[in-house]
Amino acid sequence: MIARCLAALLALAAPPAAAETVAIVNGRIATMGPAGTIERGTIVLTDGRIAAVGADIAVPAGARTVEAEGRIVTPGFIASGAGLGLIEVRSVDAANDRGANMAGISAAFDAGYGLNPDSLLIPVARLGGITRAIATPVYDDAPGRELLFAGQAAAVALGGRPMLVRRGVAMVLEMGEAGAERAGGARAAERVALRAVFADVRDFARRRAAYDRGETRDYLLSRADLEALVPVVEGRMPLLVGVDRASDIRDVLALAREEELRVILVGAAEGWRVAADIAAAQVPVLLTPVDNLPASFESLGATLGNAGRLIASGVLVGFQGNGNHRERELRYNAGNAVAAGLPWEQGLAAITINPARIFGLADRIGSIEPGKEADLVIWDGDPLDTLGRPVAIFIRGEAQPMISRQTELRDRYLPAVRASTSEGAER
Amino acid sequence: MKRVATILFLAAACAAGAQPGPQGAGAAATPDPFPSTYRPTPVSPMAITGARILTGTGAEIADGTILVRDGLIEAVGGNLAVPAGYEVVDGRGRWVTPGLIDAHSHLGVSSSPNTPLSGDHNEGTAPNTAEVWAEHAVWPQDPQFRLARAGGVTTLMILPGSGNLIGGRSVTLRNVPAATVQAMKFPGAPYGVKMACGENPKRSYGARNRSPATRMGNVALFRRAFIDAADYARRLDRAGSGGDPPRRDLQLETLAGVLDGDILVQNHCYRADEMAIMIDMGREFGFTIRAFHHATEAYKIAPMLAREGICVATWASSWGSKMEALDAVEENAPMVHAAGGCAIIHSDDATLGQRLNQEAGIALAAGRRAGIDVSDGEAIRWITANPARALGIEERVGTIEPGRMADLVLWSANPFTVYALAERVWIDGAPVWDRTDPRYQAPSDFLLGQPGQQAPR
Repeated sequence: MIARCLAALLALAAPPAAAETVAIVNGRIATMGPAGTIERGTIVLTDGRIAAVGADIAVPAGARTVEAEGRIVTPGFIASGAGLGLIEVRSVDAANDRGANMAGISAAFDAGYGLNPDSLLIPVARLGGITRAIATPVYDDAPGRELLFAGQAAAVALGGRPMLVRRGVAMVLEMGEAGAERAGGARAAERVALRAVFADVRDFARRRAAYDRGETRDYLLSRADLEALVPVVEGRMPLLVGVDRASDIRDVLALAREEELRVILVGAAEGWRVAADIAAAQVPVLLTPVDNLPASFESLGATLGNAGRLIASGVLVGFQGNGNHRERELRYNAGNAVAAGLPWEQGLAAITINPARIFGLADRIGSIEPGKEADLVIWDGDPLDTLGRPVAIFIRGEAQPMISRQTELRDRYLPAVRASTSEGAER
Repeated sequence: MKRVATILFLAAACAAGAQPGPQGAGAAATPDPFPSTYRPTPVSPMAITGARILTGTGAEIADGTILVRDGLIEAVGGNLAVPAGYEVVDGRGRWVTPGLIDAHSHLGVSSSPNTPLSGDHNEGTAPNTAEVWAEHAVWPQDPQFRLARAGGVTTLMILPGSGNLIGGRSVTLRNVPAATVQAMKFPGAPYGVKMACGENPKRSYGARNRSPATRMGNVALFRRAFIDAADYARRLDRAGSGGDPPRRDLQLETLAGVLDGDILVQNHCYRADEMAIMIDMGREFGFTIRAFHHATEAYKIAPMLAREGICVATWASSWGSKMEALDAVEENAPMVHAAGGCAIIHSDDATLGQRLNQEAGIALAAGRRAGIDVSDGEAIRWITANPARALGIEERVGTIEPGRMADLVLWSANPFTVYALAERVWIDGAPVWDRTDPRYQAPSDFLLGQPGQQAPR
């Protein structure tokens, strides 16, 4: 709550550019809200929010007009499971803050701390149409150390301030093969360990004072980890469970039922085989639609048809990008799901409104609706296609620079490339 | 020396029958000990009509016909009559390209499922393992071959990994279902040797307190290896004029093949400065580099690479995993192309290898946005004719021209878009993939009876 009040105060202190009123006119607006797609319409952005959207909206006096010329306008994309703000170069430990192996900090690891809004990765991802991300911890395994949870994910914005939108949007847990390895080598061990941990957390939540006086039994986790898990056992924070095998997915659903947990499945390579169970449990799924390799014994049933089948079964599905530096490929992943048979609108929903709903942010982002924060992208073609590129990007109502370190490098060397060919022509 | 090798090679080829062996197999006394047993499937003649054809020569034919006979392209053009007896494939509304060629693949040596026992691409026991051959580790049942086939990939170069300075020989494969690697080997394709600059070798060995621990060590060990190779080649030469041949040395045999020009250097190298050093080092020992792989900074020296005639096999999207990959730009391939060079989009990845066409599309769109005008007909060369050149098989595949092997892909849409699906794929005129015909979709042996394989998937 305090964090949210602080965020609100900081938003008020934001530079005046956010207060500029902008009218995007003549856009083909894929609102991803109840208004559906508006074939030719106007969006008014005021004070960082969407003030109005529709076919017959008057441009307010004094507004800066952006002519969309019939181009597609979409909500900004949301990269789920990203390292944005936490990582600079994967192979350089000092530039990689996605995980830690400190004893006693597992569930308590909070990706909302230490965010770097100056990261080189952010403009690159943004040029892929991504305006928000779920900064998600990954395990940093150390030999001989059991680390059940990777920590808590945070929602972040890729433009404007502050970068942190909301901390603690999910608790990251791997089950299946990776979880089994961390629990000593077998799935059953992790399941037993988790049940013991959840029992500890519930006990701790009831008896904090007794714990601090040393009057409780020993718990498996540190005080910080126990505290971090209280919202999980109380169903206030979803557990983001990495799992692929059909039987493992059923086990996670059973665990969630027994422990009364909110769960989001991640990966779910064989989700299509248990789609009805997932739908019945009303559990959402985050997946990477191009993941079709039988890369392990828990994903032998991986197929490009996974996303389409889950969605057709009524599962709420969000798509992921290709990790760390490759988040900008998120939109192509959605396009590939469309190529595999998913309706185009559903592909777009899986990188906009669906992840917003999955992480409890749909009141603020994910669609172009009055009152929502103004994250928008104007495209020169199809936003899900390799041949489409963004022409303008707004985050919280602010136009974002259309450059990155990469475009600067390109522009530094392009003249020499051009000169070399004109010399060639002269020869 | 080249003459000696050629004579030996011809003798061996004659003994083995008509099947062509590698185009020169180095200084080896037995130039082709693991000969290709691949034979094209005999098929009746075929015509693809009414398609938009990107021929791989740079040309684009809006409404064209391709005639295929005896596994070869017989004719291609806008106004071709279809002779009687040809099976006709209706290409209207569809696009046809040459079969895609992945110039950098680890399929079969880095297989799925990835288990501790199936990682066969890095013989990470010494910085120079020029003696190992990728083909000795290729698992033809790797399910990833079929997935690449469904992405239109008809030829792949399988390389050892980049943990070593000299990782071993590559092998070029036809992407056909087979029980042995010999039955996939591209007949007559030259061998390549995988060399690696930069972070990977120095990290692999420096971490064990061994050389190379620095880029200085990288180059010193390369030079030492080629000094030894030059000496071996001299001794072989002397043997050719009547002396005693040296005892065979598999490591030196490969490197002598490089000095001979028979084995093509496939050089993993990210940074512009390191590529320039490698070019000079090649000059020191008298060999040329056929292609730089990954080469994310090629755009910085694109005019030089064009002058040197060295291909650049790279990505559009991948960047930043390592310091040496930090300066990657999406426009790398179009900038190499614009400088008059040989640009290639490669995969190095079994997921990306299923959509080389899309990766080329990303590079194409980024280049156009930056003002680099590349036609579709030119850009398709990045995944067809240019990788054929890097692999030394450009006279055989990579374009749709009379006499070329009939490796073809029928796409549902513009192949550079994310929506293009490879509807049908042919290798040597024989169907190997058909989205609507289960006969051409069979998964590898490994997946039979495994969970989730039941149709429909």
